[in-house]
Formats: sequence, structure tokens, C-alpha cells
Amino acid sequence: MRVRVLVRLKPGVLDVQGKAVEHGIAHIGFGDVSDVRVGKMIELTVPEEDEEKARKSVADLCEKLLANTVIEEYEIIRCDT
Amino acid sequence: MKISIIVFPGTNCEHDIEHTYGTLLKQDVKCVWHRDSDIGNPDIVIVPGGFSYGDYLRPGALARISPIMDEVKSFAGKGGPVLGICNGFQILCEVGLLPGALLQNRTRRFLSRFMTIEVEQTDTPFTSNYKKGDLITCPVAHFDGNYFADEDAISRLDDAGQVVFRYRDAVLASAEGNPNGSVSKIAGVCNQQRNVVGLMPHPERVVQDIVGSGISVSALGVFQSSLQQGAA
Repeated sequence: MRVRVLVRLKPGVLDVQGKAVEHGIAHIGFGDVSDVRVGKMIELTVPEEDEEKARKSVADLCEKLLANTVIEEYEIIRCDT
Repeated sequence: MKISIIVFPGTNCEHDIEHTYGTLLKQDVKCVWHRDSDIGNPDIVIVPGGFSYGDYLRPGALARISPIMDEVKSFAGKGGPVLGICNGFQILCEVGLLPGALLQNRTRRFLSRFMTIEVEQTDTPFTSNYKKGDLITCPVAHFDGNYFADEDAISRLDDAGQVVFRYRDAVLASAEGNPNGSVSKIAGVCNQQRNVVGLMPHPERVVQDIVGSGISVSALGVFQSSLQQGAA
């Protein structure tokens, strides 16, 4: 199964990249855009075909490597492409 | 004493540690490649600075899962002294040997300058030669030095005396005194057992007069302190 993992800084954690991008957005004339936060998107194929098993496996992977759960949260999205 | 310095692909500060412990302090020091399964029965383990794995995914994220870190965790679990400097601090936070995490600097700039840190705890293997309140000036060189932990965690760190170093910059105004934005100006912490210490600045870069050690209380004390212990 193909999955997409979104890794984002937890709400309330300072997103320096997001601020920089927000300033850039304002600079090019989109001044009404606010609260920009930048995350990561990781796509992977896992061997499990059963969705629940696949989600469990990917969540384990997120806890162990893909996300630093002190400062980040993750979301697992199935993408069947 | 025997010192093992852990080296990952992208680590670049191991030679300054080798020079400090080996040449200046005349100890038995060796670099241990991350793929080795054996840290060499040391008395002290150092996780040095640099850009291990290019900071890919997150600084220290890939180093954290390298098998050598199991050895480091085991050594620390038995009370062995471990010091993480800069990327080493990031790695020790990632692997869970130290609390918190390092975010990108608040100023969105790579910081490369001298900073002053105050010693707040003298009962760790790396600060026992100092007095509380000693100010050490040494270089920082980092993009992700903004120490973060949530409010509860910070309270616990303060209550337990786990904040070992705090930024103090007498030269500049308070905002610039903490340019990376670290919560509570935390520059370095220790674990609950007080044998693992991490800090963002580089004391190993100012251990001799010729590179400016004379500008403050000597940074060499960080390493000299560690030699005061009995064998781990």
C-alpha cells in the first residue's frame, strides 16, 4: 500500500521556516495570507495490504524515525496511485 | 582515562576533541566509527558536533538510529559520562538520553559567533571543576540551536536542576543575548541521573590561548572536569 505521511510542527511550536515563507508571500503582494506553517511530506510503499496493519506499521515508523514527537505530529494518508 | 568519540558520516568536530583530550590532556582517546558495534570500553563518551547525515530529515534523526547509539545508551544507562556538543546535543535529544529538542534558530540565520554561557550546575561530570555562576565564552555555530521543551518539561528541568548552562550575553541587549531563541535561554541540559550532558556551544574550540581561551573562564574545564571521576 502506498501512504503519504505529513509531518508538522505541533501547534504552538515556533515555525521559523513558516514565518520566512509568510514574509516572502507578503513581499510578492499576497499580503492577506497569514499563519503559514511548513511541514514535510514523506511518501512510502509498505508491504501490508490491510489498511489497519499498514497504518500501525507506518505509525510505528513515525514514532521511531519520521517524526520527533517532542515537537512534531504526524498524519498518515492512504494514497492509492 | 579512555575516551571514545563517536563519528558519523558528516561529523566534523571529532579532531578538536581528540586534540583536547589526547594532545592537551594526554589521555587515551579514539574515534569510533558509527558502524562499529563496540565503543571500546571507555571511561567517557563524546558525541561531537558537525552535520551527521547532512542533517537530513532532522538534525540527529538518522544518527539516532545508528547501532552505535545502542552502545552509547547502554553506557549511559550504567552511569557512564556522556557529553554531546552541538550536533551531539541534537543526537542525544533525538535518542532520548536528554529531554527536549532543538528547533531552527529564531533569527532564521546560521549563528557563527562567540557567546557566553553561565554554569548553573557543578555536579555533573563535565562541570565539576567550575563554580556556579562561572561564565564561559566560546563559539556557537548552528542553525538549529533553539532549545525547546513544553512548559511542564521546563518546570521539571528547573526543579530538578537539570539546566546546566544558560546563555548570558553581557555585550548585547537581551533579545540578541539569546539569538537562537532557546526557551529560558537554555544552552545545555543534563539527564535526571546527571551523567549525560549536552550543550550547543563548542568549548573544544577555545581550549588554548592561541585560539582565545583567555577571554573567559577556561572552556578546557569542561574536559578537565570529566577526568576527575573514577573509572565509569
